[in-house]
Amino acid sequence: MESKPRMLVILDVVTVLLFLTAVGMVFFYAPLEAVMGQVQRVFYFHVANAWVGMLGFMVAAIAGIAFLRKGYRKWDIVGLAAIEISFVFFFTAIVSGSIWARGSWGTWWTWDPRLTTAAICELVYAAYFLLRQGIEDPDRRARFGAVYAILSFISVPLTFISIRIFRTIHPVIIGSGAAGAEGSFEMSSKMLLTFIFSLVTFSFIFADLLWHRIRLGKLADETESLRLKTLQ
Amino acid sequence: MEPISQAEKQVTRKSSSLGIGQFFRAVTAIIWKDLAAELRSRELLSAMLVFALLVILVFNFALELDAQARASVTAGVLWVTFAFAGTLGLSRSMALEKDRGCLDGLLLAPVDRSTIYFGKAIGNLIFMLIVEAIVLPVYSVLYSVNLFNPGLLLIILLGSIGYVAVGTLLASMAVQTRTRDILLPVLLFPLVIPILIAAVKGSTGFLQGVDIIDIRPWINLLLVYDVIFVAVAFMVFDYIVEE
Repeated sequence: MESKPRMLVILDVVTVLLFLTAVGMVFFYAPLEAVMGQVQRVFYFHVANAWVGMLGFMVAAIAGIAFLRKGYRKWDIVGLAAIEISFVFFFTAIVSGSIWARGSWGTWWTWDPRLTTAAICELVYAAYFLLRQGIEDPDRRARFGAVYAILSFISVPLTFISIRIFRTIHPVIIGSGAAGAEGSFEMSSKMLLTFIFSLVTFSFIFADLLWHRIRLGKLADETESLRLKTLQ
Repeated sequence: MEPISQAEKQVTRKSSSLGIGQFFRAVTAIIWKDLAAELRSRELLSAMLVFALLVILVFNFALELDAQARASVTAGVLWVTFAFAGTLGLSRSMALEKDRGCLDGLLLAPVDRSTIYFGKAIGNLIFMLIVEAIVLPVYSVLYSVNLFNPGLLLIILLGSIGYVAVGTLLASMAVQTRTRDILLPVLLFPLVIPILIAAVKGSTGFLQGVDIIDIRPWINLLLVYDVIFVAVAFMVFDYIVEE
């Protein structure tokens, strides 16, 4: 097995430092929000988590297209890696949003279009893992995985993003807010800086994890082909 | 015997031109094949129908469908019924192809692979529309709601097209996996959510006599997803049946 590349080590260190700084900024640099109080601090990592989720689902869809066009195994590994990471991050986004909603709306969950599509989005990708599990032939698994990643991206996350047209109680901080949104606020410049810093940090975390997961995926691939060879 | 002989004629005619005429002939041949098989066995439609009626009856108990509740939940009940009955039809129609080795035969035919997709999809759509055409009057009679609203029928047609477009693709995927019968609903339901949401909202709008301006966004959404799903399925179907 090839040794860990120098760039990856650097990326690891940078990511850890960025993350520690982001945590510090969220708790000590960003000012306390006047109406909601401490619970508003969830917002910075909540949006960053959701951002990583969407980013990974998009990467998986693009990797799916690349796989179907070229047929290189590495694109399948990238797609699976991206979806695995994003699945966890998107789940964190839902949980952190739920914590915020308890403090701000007074309930853990409401059947708002935004929340509902987020939950369905998570289920779509749970189905992706089930689909892969049900197929033994690696080549077919890669093809079906790619097709499903493309289909699911154009179906649910797009709805999730375009849901701004619905009447929702979910606040829209970036851009114009919906009329019925509750818990919206104006960002001060310090808040905006913290927010952007969290987004950048989480993008780094995503890139770092993706790299690690791709290396793991390659190893898993080798193991599987060795196993298939021994069985034959 | 009329449909069968016609299908045979169409399948055996191997013209070398790869024009649009050949494409349509191949698609109709597959549709005829499905319809003829169904005319003889009648197993698919009868199962779908009985199941759909059962779902409606179960809803009656589960939701206490009195006159007030009906006005707001009719569209939801109808769409859940169609979606459940639809999965039944989809998985059955693909399983038949796979089990009897018919799919391999279709793949050997000297036609474009996408004709198989369109043939199967249109066949499934016809079955689904037949079920809907029977369920709607029954529902109207049982719950004394007038469902013969042209707008509602349009929404049902558009919704069924989108549902079948994704459903046929996913069914041909699910049928090739180890856990096939369990897998189809798990794969399909979250993916058709955009279609189902738009269809339910649109149907409720027409049933409650909402202004057409408020329903149009839902019709647009349905149209957009119909086009997207048919186009994507057309592009990726080759990779699903590839051996």
